[in-house]
Amino acid sequence: MAEWLTDNGLLLGLALLDGLAYAALVFMVAVGLNMVFGVLRIVNVAHGSLFAIGAYTAASVGIFFASLGLPAWASYVALLLAAALVGGILGPLIERLILRRIYGQEEVLQLLVTFALFMILEDVQKLIWGVQPIMQDTPMKFLGTVEVPFGEDTIPFTAYQLFVLPGVAVATLAGLAWFLRRTLTGRVIVAVTTDKEAAMAMGIDAAKVTLLTFTFGAALAALGGALASPTTSLVPGIGAQTIVLSFAVVATAGLGQIEGAAISALMIGLGRSIAVYLAPEFEVVVPYIIMVAVLLVRPQGLFGVLETRRV
Amino acid sequence: MSATDRALAAPPRTMRLPEALLAVLGAAALVLVAFLAPWLKFVLTVALAKGIAVLGILLLLRAGQVSFGHSMFLAVGAYTVAFLAPAVPEALLLLPLGALLAGILGLVIGLFVVRYRDIFFGMLNLALSMVLYSLLEKLYALTKGTDGIRVSGLTFAGITPDRETQEWVMFGLALVLAIGFGLLVRAYLASPMGRALAGIKTRETRLEFMGVSARRVLLFAYVMSAVMGGVGGTLVAMTTRHVTPQLAYWTSSGELVFIAILGGAGSALGPFLGATAFELVRVYAAAAVADAWQMILGGVLLAVILFAPGGLWGMLTSRLKGRGA
Repeated sequence: MAEWLTDNGLLLGLALLDGLAYAALVFMVAVGLNMVFGVLRIVNVAHGSLFAIGAYTAASVGIFFASLGLPAWASYVALLLAAALVGGILGPLIERLILRRIYGQEEVLQLLVTFALFMILEDVQKLIWGVQPIMQDTPMKFLGTVEVPFGEDTIPFTAYQLFVLPGVAVATLAGLAWFLRRTLTGRVIVAVTTDKEAAMAMGIDAAKVTLLTFTFGAALAALGGALASPTTSLVPGIGAQTIVLSFAVVATAGLGQIEGAAISALMIGLGRSIAVYLAPEFEVVVPYIIMVAVLLVRPQGLFGVLETRRV
Repeated sequence: MSATDRALAAPPRTMRLPEALLAVLGAAALVLVAFLAPWLKFVLTVALAKGIAVLGILLLLRAGQVSFGHSMFLAVGAYTVAFLAPAVPEALLLLPLGALLAGILGLVIGLFVVRYRDIFFGMLNLALSMVLYSLLEKLYALTKGTDGIRVSGLTFAGITPDRETQEWVMFGLALVLAIGFGLLVRAYLASPMGRALAGIKTRETRLEFMGVSARRVLLFAYVMSAVMGGVGGTLVAMTTRHVTPQLAYWTSSGELVFIAILGGAGSALGPFLGATAFELVRVYAAAAVADAWQMILGGVLLAVILFAPGGLWGMLTSRLKGRGA
């Protein structure tokens, strides 16, 4: 065992650290998707495109900042600015112009409307940023690497992935929990999620809540993309990849679960990275296997509440 | 009333004559176009093949369920052809084989997914299709990954036709199968088993009160739709002569659902109408604006859902009714 650990342990450690960083990113996207579903009752297929556009915008703003000669720490401002821009502009635009027309319609149609949005945004992204890979890793380089102690050895790992990504994810989780439970706006959102009609009867402006939630969810997706952008080179298709993964996270957790999404993101992130280490061919399959296995045992997801059957 | 409900409410009996007439006219138009514009024959064959797969989606839509992973059955059919063609080049054997394998997979997956409804049904299908996609992509030694596999030469009833003839044979085969499956689906939807599908959509519990097993009804439809997906896939592989994992990607499944809604879920003709329109728009849009054809298709889809919820078929029939036909 000791020998095995010295041979393989470091790799496993690296895989676990990687999985943690990965889980943090997936959580950011999944939690937005989940909130949007809670209020709008729409599974937004275009949510992944917001992630991709957030990532590209962050890279562009970062490159622009660098060209102005701003210091490296400004690249963090670029990440936040990108998320705010994408969420603040695309969010209201999509909700007001398109989604608003399909509330309460058949699920199939709602899914397809967001699928159409996905197709459109995918090309918008290609038209703006082209198909060549874009790399902007100043935020990651800025913080350098850390030697993580592991047994007798240490593993070099970027501080960005070790501290910033999980840190932001935990802050998001805690912030959301506080926001939804302790602030008036948050509680209004929860009220609309639980029972829209009753909330409206109490005088809550559901249209406003919907707009707010969607914009917020879009900004979370864009922030996830912005945070992911320094760690990888951006290519077309990252949006499509991200959305299926966050579907898996949300379905595993159960619809409408915030803390649950964090746990299932962790499960799926770590599961995937352990697979990278044990059987790399099956890496991409693992999230879906986890999801299918969970749904086999608990059809409503790990933390989902069983809905009563319609009679 | 929602789009499909409205379409379902139209009594099938009174529609019989124009529907049959339109089917004949449509088939004749396809043949005519294939004659006049030989370069479109390929596009039309793929459209017919996809139409058969979409016909399967239609069955599930009747039950109010949307599978965002159905292209996995298409991929099974297509890869069956690609894997076996070097050993068994006979197209007329590969076709039923692809359908059979897709049907078996449909049964295995169906036994599991028919326990779920709505979003979970859609997501499970999506997840399983992504498993297949990932395997096709990653098991490079077997599948050559994203490069895909070239389909080797095929024989038809023992004959190896030249390229021009083979294109016609494939077109004819697709057309005949499309008509065959169209009739089959019509008969099925009119049968008690098919009628029960609509019951799953409206009030499943009532079905169970009548002693009908909703799961069995849905499973039967699911396996049937998997077989049709498999048939579509074998035809696509034989026509394009090249298969890639992209066939099983979730966006391909999305396209199939797109076609179903574009054509209109009200009639067995809808999928073919939708598939032809979809493929033609795709070809011409891709030629006109290479980087924005998805955007154009997405725009079309939005317009159809927001302004013509009955799909192309709905537009066509309301036009006919308007004239008092």
